[in-house]
Amino acid sequence: MSWLHIMVLIPFLFAIIVPLIYRVFTPRIHTGWFVLCVPSVIFLYLLRYIPVISNGETIFISVPWIPSYGINYTTYIDGLSLVFGLVITGIGALVVLYSIYYMSKLKESLHNFYVYLLLFMGAMLGLVFSDNILVLYVFWELTSISSFLLIAYWYQREKSRYGAQKSMNITIFGGLAMLAGFIMLSMMTETYSIREIIHQTDSIYDHSLFLPAMILLLLGAFTKSAQFPFSIWLPDAMEAPTPISAYLHSATMVKAGIYLVARMTPIFGGSAEWFWLVTSAGLVTLLYGSLNAVKQTDLKALLAYSTISQLGLIMSLLGMGSASLYYGTGDEASMYAVAVLAAIFHLINHSTFKGSLFMVVGIIDHETGTRDIRRLGGLMHLMPISFTLAIIGGFSMAGLPPFNGFLSKEMFFTAVLNASDMSIFSMESLGVIFPVIAWAASVFTFIYCMILIFKTFTGKYKPKKLEKAAHEAPVGMLVPPVILSSLVIIIFFFPNVLSQYILKPAMGAVLPAYSQPGEIEIKISAWHGWNTELFMTMGVVAAGALLYLYLKKWIGIYSIYPYSMTFNNFYNQGLGKMEDMSFSLTKSYMTGFIRDYFVYIFTFLIIIVGGSILFLDGAAFDVSNNGPVSIYEGVLIISMLTAALTVLFSKSRLTAIVAVGALGYLVSLFFVIFRAPDLALTQLVVETVTTALFLLCFYHLPEIRREAVRVKFKMTNLVISLGVGAIVAILALSANGTRLFEPIAYYYENSYELAGARNIVNAILVDFRGIDTMLEIFVLGIASLGVYTLVKLRISGRDRSERTK
Amino acid sequence: MKEPNDIILHAVIKVAVVIILTFSINLFFSGHHNPGGGFIGGLGFSAALTLLFLAFDIETVRQNIPVDFKVLTAIGVLIAVFTGVGGIVFGAPFLTQTFDYFDIPVFGKTELATAVLFDVGVALAVIGTSMSIILSIGDDH
Repeated sequence: MSWLHIMVLIPFLFAIIVPLIYRVFTPRIHTGWFVLCVPSVIFLYLLRYIPVISNGETIFISVPWIPSYGINYTTYIDGLSLVFGLVITGIGALVVLYSIYYMSKLKESLHNFYVYLLLFMGAMLGLVFSDNILVLYVFWELTSISSFLLIAYWYQREKSRYGAQKSMNITIFGGLAMLAGFIMLSMMTETYSIREIIHQTDSIYDHSLFLPAMILLLLGAFTKSAQFPFSIWLPDAMEAPTPISAYLHSATMVKAGIYLVARMTPIFGGSAEWFWLVTSAGLVTLLYGSLNAVKQTDLKALLAYSTISQLGLIMSLLGMGSASLYYGTGDEASMYAVAVLAAIFHLINHSTFKGSLFMVVGIIDHETGTRDIRRLGGLMHLMPISFTLAIIGGFSMAGLPPFNGFLSKEMFFTAVLNASDMSIFSMESLGVIFPVIAWAASVFTFIYCMILIFKTFTGKYKPKKLEKAAHEAPVGMLVPPVILSSLVIIIFFFPNVLSQYILKPAMGAVLPAYSQPGEIEIKISAWHGWNTELFMTMGVVAAGALLYLYLKKWIGIYSIYPYSMTFNNFYNQGLGKMEDMSFSLTKSYMTGFIRDYFVYIFTFLIIIVGGSILFLDGAAFDVSNNGPVSIYEGVLIISMLTAALTVLFSKSRLTAIVAVGALGYLVSLFFVIFRAPDLALTQLVVETVTTALFLLCFYHLPEIRREAVRVKFKMTNLVISLGVGAIVAILALSANGTRLFEPIAYYYENSYELAGARNIVNAILVDFRGIDTMLEIFVLGIASLGVYTLVKLRISGRDRSERTK
Repeated sequence: MKEPNDIILHAVIKVAVVIILTFSINLFFSGHHNPGGGFIGGLGFSAALTLLFLAFDIETVRQNIPVDFKVLTAIGVLIAVFTGVGGIVFGAPFLTQTFDYFDIPVFGKTELATAVLFDVGVALAVIGTSMSIILSIGDDH
């Protein structure tokens, strides 16, 4: 356990005390001020690691968690995870600061908001710093769940619930696929550690599971990072409060997929399939997102599609950069390696400019009451600071100097041009498509950035269409976007500080060949001569400006494409069909008669257990080791049989209850004979308590009625009960005669030395197999909650129906 | 439920409950070396409580034992988990238990084991579960 592990746990621990803080200090102090400490402190703590990591070192600390399954809580810091950690906590701190002004402390349930936010932050940190793939998976799904909670924060709105459900359906589907991929990876390499898997890369290259594992992992990454066609959840996720949109859906969670692809590049990169899947998914998403962003009328929806497109850009850069692994080292390798550098560079840039743009949109929403472009306009004079911020963010996203987006977009153009010259992976004929797609997508990016800036802030001010009179936001709300915007400019003028200390170690983590400093000389410069990239940018500006000015003339072509052909429609239709189907299916077998349910359960028991005994040759009677049957045992068995038959044929319920109780007590006598006082005691008490329970409800039960049942029904029951009896008997006998696993009986030899317990049963329960016991009491607790809700909800349901009468 | 008003039953149960409670606490603590432990201790405890509920009506007992048994279950489960987490803090795997011998006045040399703490969680969870099941069914009119 080190500070690093505690750092990941801090947000979770803090999430526990947030409700307390909320209760004590509301409405005097906004809860956000307390929460602000968490990301700020972690951010400052992580800054310490920059010099260490930029020296080419990595930090690896492992704490055993469930060592018997090979699951360890391992924290691993290299350049890549450090970049993500800094983005998560840095943007996180700014978002919390912003939310203090955005979320009213009187009207909103802030404790929920910040608990979800901290859960999310902790999950993200755990995800990027984890080396164990199963632990990574747990944190991965936790980000899905916490984002579900955050999107549905205003759960009274139907659209919030719809968006939350959609994002969860899609990302959890991807997460499960990824889990399967991880399991395949661990089957190939027999380890759960990413670092160890990377060491074995050569041996898994020809494995038959290589391709399936890759595709499943990419499904996880693509759903999380909203790549086409899984991108449909991201626009609907915009129902969340704006700080959340700024944080989850532009800066961090959606980049978890990018992180995964980057992390897995050393394992899968260098193969043609990886190159094509990642690059083409990225390029298609880039084009699709930018095309769709142009037609949006809601500012947040526009930003959502722009995020989709920018994520596609980063993804395609990672894909193109993975070609570097094919060459290993050398000039050609380093030519493609720059694409990975560009990917991480753009990831940081995107977090800065998109974060600030989201905050600006939040300010507009907050101060005017609407985000609809058609109702906005002319805000320039009323909100000059927001206007400036929008220009900085928007021009950076459009790829114009002097903003950081220009630098990374130029590097992107370089990468596509390099890729089009590539002579591997059958790129010769298709290579020319890459620059064309990149250029076209950039033109549309330019257009939607202009729409965002100029449709909102210039033109005619329409106060009648706004809910509130527009005015500039309070200072505190402007501070976070101002910080991000100044970063946008600072990075443009001093990109090499960033590249030296942060980007290069991160690139080294993705491409192990460059993991030592000095292996590759990187210089990002704003002016790189009159080359193709610059001409492409000029073309983008010219074509984009022209298309923007004549937007009204051609925007109509978007309405040609029918809604019924979109993936959104497929999703909605599919979900509806699935719900109908499962409803009718459930209705057909949930008859409400407990005997029907018993028939299902026991039929399946007979088929599955009986079938496997039959086909797997499971029946094995080995009576040679058995002891002789004593007279006491014989008497007990006969008494038990009598009791059982009494239950079967008794006409009154009371007799049946007493007979069942007798059966239980007789079993405990067996334990006494076999000298297991623990078990006998437990059985006795359980029997007493359950009989008492029976007697408690006895008052409410009607007398057993003689039912006129058909012979066919009786015969079915007879067959099933005989079958179950036979199978349980065979199972018990075979279990005694077979040894599949090592018996846990050897614990008795050293229970005193290891656990200090003279009671072996107790030592086994709490010391040796504690996790069994722990899960057992989980089950107990859940069962009691189940009984409670079933009984209590039924009462309230009846009350409701009585009231309606 | 019918209202029982049986003086003999009341008198007997008042004594019996004390005896059963004492016995189940003894069972619980002797668990590490002799028959007993969290499960059985907790069950014995809830058997005593059930007796109380049987003899007196639920409202009377509730007023004297104002415990929400659902919360008790949760507390028990949490205790069990946190004793497991305790191992991690000291660099050992999750759910590692340890023990040592201490000289304590009155008791002399006594063994103290973290397993007992874990067992407290088990016992509370068992009491909470059984009582909340019994109460929610028994309370149902």
